[in-house]
Parts: sequence; C-alpha cells; structure tokens
Amino acid sequence: MNVAKHDTFPVTLPIKKIIRETPHVKTFVFAYDLKSRPGQFINIWIPRVDEKPMSIAYDSGKGEFWLTIFAVGDMTKKLHEMKVGDRVGIRGPFGKAFQYEPGDHVITVGGGYGAAPLYNLAMEATSQKCTVDFIVGARSSEHLLYTDRVKKIRNTKLHIATDDGSVGVKGYNTPILEKLIADMKKTAAGKKKLKKTIVFAVGPEVMMKRVSDICFKEKVACQVSVERYMKCGFGVCGNCCLDDTGITVCTEGPAMDHKKARKSVDFGVAHRDAVGRKHAY
Amino acid sequence: MADLSVTFCGVEFRNPLVLASGVLGITASSFHHVIESGAGGVTTKSLWLTEHKGHPNPVMIANEHYMLNAVGVPDAGIEKAKMEMAEYNKRKRAPIIANIIAGRKADYGEIAEEIAKLHPDIIEVNISCPNVEDEFGKPFACSRDDASEVCREVKKRVGRVPVIVKLSPNVTSIVEIAKAVANAGADGFCCINTVGPGLAIDLESREPILANRVGGISGPAIKPLAIRIVHEVSRATKLPIIGTGGVTNGRDALEMMMAGATLVGVGTAVYYRGVEVFGLMTKEMDEWCRVNKVKKMRDLIGSMHS
Repeated sequence: MNVAKHDTFPVTLPIKKIIRETPHVKTFVFAYDLKSRPGQFINIWIPRVDEKPMSIAYDSGKGEFWLTIFAVGDMTKKLHEMKVGDRVGIRGPFGKAFQYEPGDHVITVGGGYGAAPLYNLAMEATSQKCTVDFIVGARSSEHLLYTDRVKKIRNTKLHIATDDGSVGVKGYNTPILEKLIADMKKTAAGKKKLKKTIVFAVGPEVMMKRVSDICFKEKVACQVSVERYMKCGFGVCGNCCLDDTGITVCTEGPAMDHKKARKSVDFGVAHRDAVGRKHAY
Repeated sequence: MADLSVTFCGVEFRNPLVLASGVLGITASSFHHVIESGAGGVTTKSLWLTEHKGHPNPVMIANEHYMLNAVGVPDAGIEKAKMEMAEYNKRKRAPIIANIIAGRKADYGEIAEEIAKLHPDIIEVNISCPNVEDEFGKPFACSRDDASEVCREVKKRVGRVPVIVKLSPNVTSIVEIAKAVANAGADGFCCINTVGPGLAIDLESREPILANRVGGISGPAIKPLAIRIVHEVSRATKLPIIGTGGVTNGRDALEMMMAGATLVGVGTAVYYRGVEVFGLMTKEMDEWCRVNKVKKMRDLIGSMHS
C-alpha cells in the first residue's frame, strides 16, 4: 500500500558546502539526516522561484546528503547562484528505492547525469558486500560526472563510454553492458552457481529502454528509474501516471523493476507535460 | 455482502464512492486504475475549453489533519478531453462525471456543450475553486445570481446529460445559493469544494509555502463542515448530493450518507491511504452494514434522526 508520510511540509536547510563538478554542474551538501535510500527522490524548493523533484546523489546515513544539479532551467540556475549558508526547502524522501540483496553483483548503467544517483547506490551496495560494475556514458569527457569518486569505491570497476571517444570507449554505454553479460555467462558456464546479478539503469529513457531490452533478452534482472513530470511527489496530483497501467510514478517508482516499466506503453516512447498532454521522446 | 449500489441522477453506481475532481484524474488510464482499486465512479479534473496552465510549484502540502492545495486547475483543453474520454469508453466499467470550468460565466455554455458531445454520465460544474481568485475574482459559487446564471447556461447546452453544481462552503448561506441553483435547473449538487483559502508559512524562510500563497483546505479537518452542509442542502432542496470533504474511511462515508449524500466523493484520502483507499473503504462500509444488519446501503441516505 502506498501510504504517504502524513507530513509533507518542507524543511528549509542551509547549504553546508558547494562543490563544482563541471562548468554547469554543482554538488550541494546539506547537514541533515534525510533517511533516504538510493533511487528515491526529494522535492527541492526555492521560495518564489519553483519546486522540482531531484534525485539524491549521496546520503551518508549519518546526517549528510548531496544533490548534484545541472543548471538547466530557472530554478536550477537560481540554485547555482546560491552560496553556502543560503536556505533551500526540501521535501521527502519520496518514492520507491532500488532493491537488491546483500552480496549481489550490481551492474549500474548511467547515462549523462544518471551517474550521481548510481554513485549513491554503489556506495550503499558495496557496504552490503556487493560487487559493482559501474558503467557511465556521456557526450564527452567534460560531461562525465563522479568518475573520480567511483574509482575510490571498493569492489567497484568503472567502465566509461563517450560519444566522441574523448575518454573510454567511443559510442554508447550499452555495448559495455552486453559484453559484461556475455563475459559473465561464459565464466558461469563452467560453474554450478552463478552469482545473482542485477542491472540498474538511470539516464535518458531511450537509453534505459535499450538497457531493459538487453536484460529482457538475456534474462538478467533489471531495475530502471522512470522520470515523469511531477507536481506533488506523493501520488495525488496525477501528473505522473503511466499509460495503460495508470500507476503514479512518484509512488510506484521512480525506481521500479523493468518488467513493471515495460507494462506501460509509454516506457521509452512518450511522456506528459504540466497540463497532461502527451509528447513522444 | 450488503447491496452497495446507489442511483444518482438516474445513473447506477455499483458503490457510492467516487473519485473527487482534482485528485489523479488526468488520464483515462488513471481512471481505470481507480476503478480497479474499487471506486464506484470517477470525476475528471476540471476541463477547460482551451489550455490552462495552473500555478507553479509547490502546489500541495499536507499533514495528518489537512491538505492545502493550489494546483490552479491545469488542463490541456478540449482536444485532450476528447482523447481521454474515447480511451476511457473503450474499457468503461463505471460511470464518469465530467467536471467543467471556465473563467467567465458566458464561457460555461461552450465547454458544457463540447463535453456533452463526449457523453459523460453526468456533468459537474465547478464554480467554486478557491485558488484561482487572483486570475478570475471571487468564485461564481459565492453569489446566488452568478451561480444560477452559470447553471442555466449549462443546462441549456447539454441536452439530457444530468448537471450537478459543485458548491463552495466559503459563503454566508450555502442553502440560499443551493436553492437558487436548484431553481435554475440543477439536477444535483456536489458539496463541498475546498475550504478557505488557507495559508501556511515556512518559519525558517518566513515564506508562504504554496507558490500561489493561499490554497484550498481539504482533508480530515473539514469533514464536520462538509457533513453539516450536506445535511442542510439536502433538507432544503431535496436534490441528490455527492458529499465530499474529509472522508477517509468507511465510517466517514456512511456518516456522509446519513447526512444526505447519495454518492461520496473521495479525494484527499488518496494521500492518506493510497489509491487502494476505494477498496478499503468499500470493505469497511460493507462490514458496518453486516454488523448493523443493513441490507441496502442506499437505505442509509439521509437517515440521520432529526
């Protein structure tokens, strides 16, 4: 049952630290016990500007969390102008988190800025005895995020693809996933028991659909992070409903089994805007 | 199991619970999901003739006592309504109430006529949204003359589709307005729209939390107000009513029926109990009927002793 927390008022928190990641991306650090899990999201509010859902780049579980934000619209540009000590409203965490078992083998596939929430997952999973293959894809080297941090995570192997080949392999990140699955199956052929592997994808929906298609064909478990226009974040406004299932992404997702996402005719195909009109990806 | 079915404005509902306008209700898929979850019927979000943007975020906050919302009635306009109604009708399993809205009194006729062509079971006229006052002024539901003028205009344009009017509690005498609207030809009422508007301030930033500053109040806090109004309007007009306001469990819904409601609107309860609330409440209502030896739930309508 989707029981919302019965208080969805914001808390306004001072920014503790700001880290510049790339010319257009900053990480904002807050000293607050968010009690979130990887895959969940929060609403970030700047009074008199806007409120938007954002993924969580890291939650220490000990009173600190990070948001890594690309300055792309009015609100995110305004946020980039803010300084340490300025207050930002936070609501949440909302939605469902990624699911895995301790000791699983985790393959993350991040497209563009999807790397940040997957870092959060890799940090948590490796603390739960998981091993991680961390695949990231970006347009070029200057758009890559979090690679230096990922390199420092134990039991984690980083794989990079860029469209222009400036770092890692040239092209999409999905061939790396296909190769990892093929290698895994080859290694497993001689063994009786294959370590349970789960693929987690965060990025543009067309990329996640490609990841899901691969996993579906290869019969590998997969979860994706579905993004839809959201107003409330807790299953009431109805803006983020998927066709034909009618489920709200904000409460039944964003993190969901790819088979659940594939039940929707919209997955990788179309999304709705602020007034509910449908647009193709 | 008790017989939960009711007839409202000549339309059969398998149970009295209907999704209230403004919650979920943007897509046909969402309606189907609500019906599968146990609702007896659904109400669309307010439909405009042309696109209406609504307010920036935040639009909604809530705690255990109440919800405050100023979504600002966003909608894509009539073309989207046509598509969603066609989708809904493909797999239709329960009645659909089309809620309509316009910015000027004179514009209600046209949207009503266009929506009537899509054959909804009932048209609900929203003249009582308290969070678009900056744009359109005081809601028409606050004036006897305005409210009845809108009702007459809509009735002229929709043929045989039953018309109900959603009233505002934010008036001196709702009974006077209800009587005027009844005389203008309304077939029933939906009581009540949200209360207020109200205001909530974030202490640390000293800012109003909703982008629209103020918003309509719904949720458990407003239930006694809604119950009282449903009782009064029902006694005064004898017209059927959708009782809406703070209903979150089966007992609340039965109380609304005893006050005089035929159908019970469920909106903010989706926040408290998820979309599963419809199935849960139906079970709770049925259980009460079993314990209290009520065979037909419709016998409870207006059964409060007075």
